[in-house]
Amino acid sequence: MSGSGTNRKRVVVTGIGVVSPLAVGAELTWKRLIDSQSGIGPITHFDASGLPAQIAGEVPEGPTADGGLTLSDWIPVKEQKKMDRFIHLGLAAGIQAVEDSGWKPETEEDCCATGVMMGSGIGGLKTIYDNSVAVSSGKARRLSPFFIPSSLINLTAGHLSIRYGFKGPNHAVVTACASGTHAIGDASRLIQHGDAKVMVAGGAEAAVCELGIAGFCSARALSTGFNENPIGASRPWDKERDGFVMGEGAGVLVLEEYEHAKRRGAKIYGEIGGYGLSGDAYHITAPAENHEGAYRAMQAALEDARVTPSDIGYVNAHGTSTMADDLELGAVERLFGDAASKTSMSSTKSAIGHLLGAAGAVEAIFCLQAMRDGILPPTLNLDNPASESAIDRIPHKAKEKQVDVALSNSFGFGGTNASLILKRFKD
Amino acid sequence: MSNEIADKVKKIVVEHLGVEEDQVKPDASFIDDLGADSLDTVELVMAFEEAFSVEIPEDAAEKIATVNDAIEYITKQKAA
Repeated sequence: MSGSGTNRKRVVVTGIGVVSPLAVGAELTWKRLIDSQSGIGPITHFDASGLPAQIAGEVPEGPTADGGLTLSDWIPVKEQKKMDRFIHLGLAAGIQAVEDSGWKPETEEDCCATGVMMGSGIGGLKTIYDNSVAVSSGKARRLSPFFIPSSLINLTAGHLSIRYGFKGPNHAVVTACASGTHAIGDASRLIQHGDAKVMVAGGAEAAVCELGIAGFCSARALSTGFNENPIGASRPWDKERDGFVMGEGAGVLVLEEYEHAKRRGAKIYGEIGGYGLSGDAYHITAPAENHEGAYRAMQAALEDARVTPSDIGYVNAHGTSTMADDLELGAVERLFGDAASKTSMSSTKSAIGHLLGAAGAVEAIFCLQAMRDGILPPTLNLDNPASESAIDRIPHKAKEKQVDVALSNSFGFGGTNASLILKRFKD
Repeated sequence: MSNEIADKVKKIVVEHLGVEEDQVKPDASFIDDLGADSLDTVELVMAFEEAFSVEIPEDAAEKIATVNDAIEYITKQKAA
């Protein structure tokens, strides 16, 4: 595979940040996740009573110390109006990750060796909506000068670079629900290729707005049968599942070339072991038959990491709580063969919903935390699996298990697939 | 009338630029003293237009650099 030469630079993770429907904060989100808590509830961002789907995973408001979002703790009030909410959430996670890593470049050389790659599936949808309404009501000459920069997907990367003086590669990924995973994988490749020593990478999304929910409803993608029981709505692989539940949030990792991290004595969460990508060439929203594109992405990631299925103790599935769950399951079973019965797989979307372009970033962080703590997060609501499988899908309760290698999958509309291999760090 | 305009201008500046009221002195420059960038000043002028129901053409807006510039321009427009 590309870049898998024997002298390839190693990429480690030295900082993490999460904003999720469970909490603002990587560790509090993790604690609540393995405690089987759910972040899904009735939509409060707008009046959803006229829509088929009325639930979502919204980031909780509240004091920062309690894991709530107090935006002014992250972004000065004056700056907030220059950014859509997806940038707010991306900055809150990005600041956490950078502070956690302890990396503060001061020399020009170090600043230029530090880049940012932040993905988003949709970007500033609510801001675009609000300004469209203004245009429609004759206010085209009264739009905020910040409308465009607050909506653009790459502006999360822009704001992070401005805040910290990161002058290295500044990039953004847009591959729908695979954006977060692609951002981490692509940023790792930039480090391996020598374009940067440190990359701040991840994804941010805030599409829980009327236009976003209505649009995904029209695409028949969202759960509509659990409006009265929100925490039961996201149920990957379960017989009663009826669509995904939208979530909002952000996940950010500080990726660092290993020797660089070692020299400065950085704390290391784990290693980016491998990365695989593929395209379905099949349909705009449905996965290819037997999810063969997912199969190829996973296979490429394993080859890139030079690991075999029997090495992989945990799979964080894409598992959106849609019909595609069983196709992914089948692809994992085919790839793993006899090793299937030894691995464990869960979908953390059961607890936080589907964070679209942020999903892969948050889920990669969960894989690192799982390996660190020897505990695998559960699949909530998996009462009656639609398909039997030799693979343990960790229903309801977290499970203790020592894992050295984890696989994380993300697939997006348009037939785009990405898989990451994350490894426990060994010198 | 003029004092009313001055108070309203100051209030808008405080809201939009996130500065303290006592920083908004008559000769304070939006960019040099109050931390605005070029997009902030565009937004500020729009806010003046909205609040005072006046049109501020671009060439006039470019000359509004300080708090006093704004007050004077708006006062003149309202008197006309």
